[in-house]
Amino acid sequence: MSIDRREFLKTLGVAGASLSGVSALGKSKPESDSEEFFAILHDITLCEGCQECELACAVANSLPEPSDYPDSEIKRKLKPDQYSVINAVETSIGEVYTKQQCMHCAQPACASACLTKAMAKHVEGPITWDGDKCMGCRFCMLSCPFNMPKFEYDSNNPKIGKCQMCFSRITEGEIPACVENCPAEALIFGKRSEILKEAHRRILDDPSNYVDHVYGEFEAGGTSMLNVSPVPFEELGFNTDIDHKPYPELTKGFLYSVPSVFVLWPALLLGLREATKPEPENNEPEVEE
Amino acid sequence: MSEHILSKDLQPKTNRWKFILGELKPKGKLLTPFNIISVPVILLGLVLIIIRFWKGLSSITNLSQEVPWGLWIGFDVVTGVAFAGGAYVLTFMVYILRMEKYHSIVRVTVLNGFLAYLFYAGALLLDLGRPWNVINPIIGNSFGTSSVLFLVAWHFMLYMLAELIEFSPAIAEWLGAERARRILKSLTIGAVIFGITLSTLHQSGLGALFLMAKGKIHPLWYSEFIPILFFVSSIFAGLSMVIFEGSITHRVFSHQLAKGSHKSHDQILRGLAKICSVAMFAYLFLKILDLVHGHHLSHLYTSWGAWYLVEIIGFVMIPMFLFIRGVKTGEPFIIKLASLMTLIGIILNRLNISVIGFNWMAVDRYIPTWMEFEVTFAVLFLEIWIFRWVLHRLPVLRPIEEVVKSQNIERS
Repeated sequence: MSIDRREFLKTLGVAGASLSGVSALGKSKPESDSEEFFAILHDITLCEGCQECELACAVANSLPEPSDYPDSEIKRKLKPDQYSVINAVETSIGEVYTKQQCMHCAQPACASACLTKAMAKHVEGPITWDGDKCMGCRFCMLSCPFNMPKFEYDSNNPKIGKCQMCFSRITEGEIPACVENCPAEALIFGKRSEILKEAHRRILDDPSNYVDHVYGEFEAGGTSMLNVSPVPFEELGFNTDIDHKPYPELTKGFLYSVPSVFVLWPALLLGLREATKPEPENNEPEVEE
Repeated sequence: MSEHILSKDLQPKTNRWKFILGELKPKGKLLTPFNIISVPVILLGLVLIIIRFWKGLSSITNLSQEVPWGLWIGFDVVTGVAFAGGAYVLTFMVYILRMEKYHSIVRVTVLNGFLAYLFYAGALLLDLGRPWNVINPIIGNSFGTSSVLFLVAWHFMLYMLAELIEFSPAIAEWLGAERARRILKSLTIGAVIFGITLSTLHQSGLGALFLMAKGKIHPLWYSEFIPILFFVSSIFAGLSMVIFEGSITHRVFSHQLAKGSHKSHDQILRGLAKICSVAMFAYLFLKILDLVHGHHLSHLYTSWGAWYLVEIIGFVMIPMFLFIRGVKTGEPFIIKLASLMTLIGIILNRLNISVIGFNWMAVDRYIPTWMEFEVTFAVLFLEIWIFRWVLHRLPVLRPIEEVVKSQNIERS
């Protein structure tokens, strides 16, 4: 096995970059990666908060049906057994409804955090969870910028619950249950590039009723769950402090430096040990330990 | 092969098993203050652990959907591993730089490090929701190689092996297995080099775990430099633990120590204090650089800023000056005080990142239950029990003469 010089220098460069805390490499293009991912658009101007999507989600995933209603007084939260939540939010233009669920990032923090590949990103776009692999460390929850994975703390066989974008339905050519059952057509589903185009078209066609922001287009490097809204997303309680770079890039610099440390350290240490060797006297055996 | 020869071969072995069984019996007084406190704590901890695996994590912890990692990870694992950093620093000094002055404390430090890792890895298992799947990233049916945690987990396991090899000559000496001792000793240098490399990576890797939690950790503590800060601070955290632990074991096990070792131990303390002060200076410099570079100065005027200054001034800067003073005057008390303050500072820093400053904007704050503290103390006490058991039996604190003796035999 030989490492050619360029390759080696490149590795060194990455090591140096990671030491200085700047990730030089890893400027991947989320757009070209995610263009063929499926995506869901939630048009908040159209949503009526009827909860049909929540109900369809519960049925499709064999979860208990939701028993509470959107109310601007309380913030309903995702639960290990509730993958999609509609919230009523009081805004400057009156009450609007938001839909919260896994964002299905193009380059997900959760999947890159998972040490067993239980969280997996599929070429179709969904991120799914596999209970046979998961060891329940909850590093995905720590890493997810949107706090989407939920854990069953009250179980001795706990599962991670989150939207899987109806993965099995998608692979059979169907569309996600929530999209299919939305009576207001606030949810649409398709290839991400087309959905993005549609989102921008709606904003351009009716700029007085939309803010010029497709939430999820750039957030966390781009997601498959997209939102358009009549009011700024801050007002809706969406986290707008999310980086526009994919989150796995935050650890890339560190991870890239690992192989170089593994090559350089032992060589350096051995060299130091040789350099500190005392001059041999009378061929005495080396004193160890 | 005749039965006669076989039984002859087995003879020393059967004696050895008898010897080990004899060694298992308790030595020393049973009703010491430490035992009276630690035994009920350990027993209660075991009961709580049973409840935890039976009813789920929420039965004894306050972990939530917003705070997935609590005291067990923040203190037991993240802080504990920093405290165990003394082993790689000392093996570097003694085996790589050949500073013979520190040779006498290598064994006890490596033992301490090994036990620390063993118990912290154990504490990690308590925190896992599906611990039966812990085998997945080990046997290779599911390698999540892009995960920092994957790296840290593997480095934990490999480093424990390296430390066990570094310590194994003491076990061989205890069992009187001379040939095994020589073979194991020949592996020491390899284990040391491997161990230092692994430590560099997983000490910083523990910090890298929090890199993706950007936005959840208070900006005064979140930094892209976390891995480097964790690595640098593990140097003086580990050495402070060596000083602190040494001052206790030297009192408790003084009968095992050779004459004049107290004097040489003071010399060792002075040397370690010097290294600590330099490492702390570098750490402070990095911290200030990070503070200015990250434009976080405005945060200093908030109550979080005051808390930050308590950590940085009270438990990094002041102990650093105490270390410097201790080096100048040679007073062991000042050095020990400085090491204790440094350890508190490390606890503050690791908890500020992983628990206190985590999810800092939330209204519902995570406060560990008394049971989480209880289990933490149970793990700690159990480790001290094993540590004491080994010190009473194995040649850990008193290896030098015996080593020299056996080397003389080898030479002649």
